[in-house]
Amino acid sequence: MKSQPTTRDEREAARRRARRRGLAISATSTVALLAALAFAVLLSPGWHLVRTTFFSWHWFNSSLRPLIDAFWLDVRMFVIIEVIVLVLGMAIALLRTMRSPVLFPLRGLAAIFVDVMRGVPLLLLLYLIGFGVPALRSSFLPTDETILGGAALAFCYSAYVSEVFRAGILSIHPSQPAAGLALGLTRTQVLTHVVVPQAVRRVVPPLLNDFISLTKDVALVSVLGPQEILRAAQVIQDYNFNFTPLVAAGAVYLCVTIPLIRFVDSRQARARRQQEGVLVVL
Amino acid sequence: MLPTRRLASLLSSGTLLAGLAFAGSTVLAPASQASGTCVKGSLSLHSAGQLNVATDSPAYPPYFENNKPSNGKGFESAVAYAVAAKLGFGRSQVKWTVEPFDDSYAPGPKAFDFDINEISITASRAKAVDFSSPYYTNPQAIVVAAGSKYAHLASLASLRGAKIGVQVGTTSLQAVNRVIHPTQQVQIFNTSNDVVMALREHLVDAIVVDLATGFDLVQTEIPHGSIAGQFSAPGGDNWGLLLAKGSKLTPCVNKALAQLRSSGTLKAITARWTQSGASVPVLH
Repeated sequence: MKSQPTTRDEREAARRRARRRGLAISATSTVALLAALAFAVLLSPGWHLVRTTFFSWHWFNSSLRPLIDAFWLDVRMFVIIEVIVLVLGMAIALLRTMRSPVLFPLRGLAAIFVDVMRGVPLLLLLYLIGFGVPALRSSFLPTDETILGGAALAFCYSAYVSEVFRAGILSIHPSQPAAGLALGLTRTQVLTHVVVPQAVRRVVPPLLNDFISLTKDVALVSVLGPQEILRAAQVIQDYNFNFTPLVAAGAVYLCVTIPLIRFVDSRQARARRQQEGVLVVL
Repeated sequence: MLPTRRLASLLSSGTLLAGLAFAGSTVLAPASQASGTCVKGSLSLHSAGQLNVATDSPAYPPYFENNKPSNGKGFESAVAYAVAAKLGFGRSQVKWTVEPFDDSYAPGPKAFDFDINEISITASRAKAVDFSSPYYTNPQAIVVAAGSKYAHLASLASLRGAKIGVQVGTTSLQAVNRVIHPTQQVQIFNTSNDVVMALREHLVDAIVVDLATGFDLVQTEIPHGSIAGQFSAPGGDNWGLLLAKGSKLTPCVNKALAQLRSSGTLKAITARWTQSGASVPVLH
């Protein structure tokens, strides 16, 4: 029987060996998997056809410029809608967590709004607002289809985001507001200085999830007429019977979403480290 | 005299199919026998013994009626059955499948022998699929709602400031952009119904559709609407049957269409189901 490493150096060396072996195994399995996938795709009889219809360099190049132009509409839409959604979502969440009896009718309306907005298909909401509101022939309601489509998206996402915020607020331990009140803070101060800051920090990952989902759902506004990036890609695709413009649109999207995801991930990791640091000190 | 008589029988019998079957049995049977590889038994088909014909759903008039391609009514339904008859298929041997436009040109095996779905032939499209020779040429029509300020146009230039709606995937968009050069971005909608809705709800000032569709719309869905004018898309707007790239059926379908053209049947079908555009001003 082999003796166990006893000295500190021996233990260190054993750990290094184990690490090297783990690295070698993961590298080999990664290469093997990628090679198997590549062979499966490249050696299939239809690969040439798939390459020319989905990955044509010619169509990628020639569609990129109009697609980026169209993407500007998406960017404006999802940035503006996201700001509205965060404000509206937080307002609904606060409304629903407040216990004041005066607010009961508003709480009820907020609950119905959230249920209905989450319950109906987004496409239906878009048609209803996008085609229905102009038909009212009202002098004060907007008729611009981008604004109407944006409103539909903002309503829908506010409902989801309000639930995220509400979950965050409810996750704060009752001892926190109790401590705040004991220190002499008013109820409003407890909300703005104790509950909401902690709640928001907890729900940043699901909020980001919803934001990424929104960046892609703005494409649905195109059913009302505006030419955003996916619609622009579909137009080139339909006119030429080539799917590459869709792939190009996907590439444009990844250029925005991947840095966004990485950025927020790193912020999250930093916040976690800081929090752990505080705990250790305590 | 034969074409005239055939046309007469076609009209008096009321059903197109009876006329076609009659035509097929008297004139065309010898021709299809002489055509060698295009004999029914030797055709390479999606499923043996039947002809799978595809179109999108909903299928709109005047090309199909009641969204039922198999009723033989509507221009494209009639063309499909006429081609089928030339290839030797009786009405019961034609099977219709729903093929969304976007799927019809996707690579991979096709679920149909040919697709008939108001598809315009373009050079870049022809790189991905086979097209038959054209069975129809349809100019673009400008349709406006009742009381529109664009109802009486002197030229296409007067339409430049209008907000124009089209359906996605149609060549109407390119026609509008290249011929009218509108100052506002063209609004694109998913379906023909959405385009009509947009005009009715005043989301757009005018819509551009193919002329035959335009006639149908102002008679049905856009009450008191009118066709302000017609114009030709650059390079014309020829419609072809869509087949898989390199399909062995393409030459046979072309042969059938050539026979339908020379016998006057195609002309008769066109006259039966679509309206002449002579009354609509041609704009430049």
